[in-house]
Amino acid sequence: MSFEIAVERRLGDAIICADFTSGAGLTALFGPSGAGKTSILNMVAGLLRPDRGRIAIGGELLFDSAAGIAMPVEARRAGYVFQDGRLFPHKRVRDNLLYGWNRALPANRWMNLDDAVAFLGIGHLLDRWPRTLSGGEAQRVAIGRALLSGPRFLLMDEPLSSLDAARREEIMGVIERLRDELALPILYVSHDRSEVERLAGQVVPVGL
Amino acid sequence: MFAISGEEWEVISLSLKVSGVAIGLTLPIAFALAWILARVRFPGKVLLDALVHLPLVLPPVVTGWLLLLAFGNNGPAGRWLAEWFGITFMFRWTGAALAAAVMALPLMVRAMRISIEAVDRRLEDAARTLGASPTRTFFSITLPLAIPGLLAGAVLGFARSIGEFGATITFVSNIPGETRTLPLAIYGALQVPGSEAVVTRLSIIAVALSLLALVASELLARRAGHGRGGHVI
Repeated sequence: MSFEIAVERRLGDAIICADFTSGAGLTALFGPSGAGKTSILNMVAGLLRPDRGRIAIGGELLFDSAAGIAMPVEARRAGYVFQDGRLFPHKRVRDNLLYGWNRALPANRWMNLDDAVAFLGIGHLLDRWPRTLSGGEAQRVAIGRALLSGPRFLLMDEPLSSLDAARREEIMGVIERLRDELALPILYVSHDRSEVERLAGQVVPVGL
Repeated sequence: MFAISGEEWEVISLSLKVSGVAIGLTLPIAFALAWILARVRFPGKVLLDALVHLPLVLPPVVTGWLLLLAFGNNGPAGRWLAEWFGITFMFRWTGAALAAAVMALPLMVRAMRISIEAVDRRLEDAARTLGASPTRTFFSITLPLAIPGLLAGAVLGFARSIGEFGATITFVSNIPGETRTLPLAIYGALQVPGSEAVVTRLSIIAVALSLLALVASELLARRAGHGRGGHVI
């Protein structure tokens, strides 16, 4: 299982490009704010179309401008954890968690609600509305929602940035367990050196 | 004083029928226009926006006259609808409904557009990454988040169409039982000496209906899903 990514995209005056290959484990895209790290994740997820390039994950081609291939977002099976959580405000935590699970093919599901709830310790939150959650709680639910959609890999966009120190430590532990216990390949965006040093097996500098 | 006569009941029920039909039929059109204005980029968007809003600023008499030209018995749209569907508008309640619909459209589109624009597109992106197709995303995320605003827009349009006067009287005249809606009945009563009681009764009913609709619209907008709030008025 590996990321093979070579993409280029012009956004305004800036040209965002990335060219790297990485194996299993957690790969950090590391660089200053505004360097285009999130745009690279969006290109991998399919939310942003590269001007040219190629994206393959675990040997499966998601995008290839030369061959005219662009897999739609919903078919890529990316577990995307956004910086701002993005829980659906009109659905309770339980329905947020099951949103992707309900849409995944049964064969693609590798975790059920009970597993996710136990893994993340969010059983007491299931009937709550997202707006009533703290930052750390919301981020755990967001991670659970991504895991339950049956992803083949995770994309994490600064999942710790909106949290205080205690919550950061807690979510960092969750991410380590995702990496080690679930052996999911993770593409992780951060501008925090200590975070990257602790979590990443491989570091890809962006805009440095 | 407050005994409402059979004739007045007829006016009220006609008003409700005209407005109900007008808003019911305009709802999908208003939604489509609001969606296009909120989400689609194309040349000439400013023009479409202006056209939709025209009835809001045009003298209603002019709107009524334009409807007469287009949908009258000799108008191009009127002749076509009569030939193919047997729908005629002249001096009929259908004409009053058409006038009410055209006059209510700008308000409905405005309210709906605001509620569509208020939906965070990043939530739609999140839904896509979770495996939802664009259609599913629309029905499970966009529509439920926008729906209080859509309903508020519809109620607002209903209130506006209850009060419609100028375009209606110009387009389809003041025919009892067909086009004599609340405002037209009030206007008619004002022309007759000694009918202050009728005017007062009908006016109170008009105020009550409008107030009810505005409150309903505001409550719906405020409910805009679990405290996210927003006004349409």
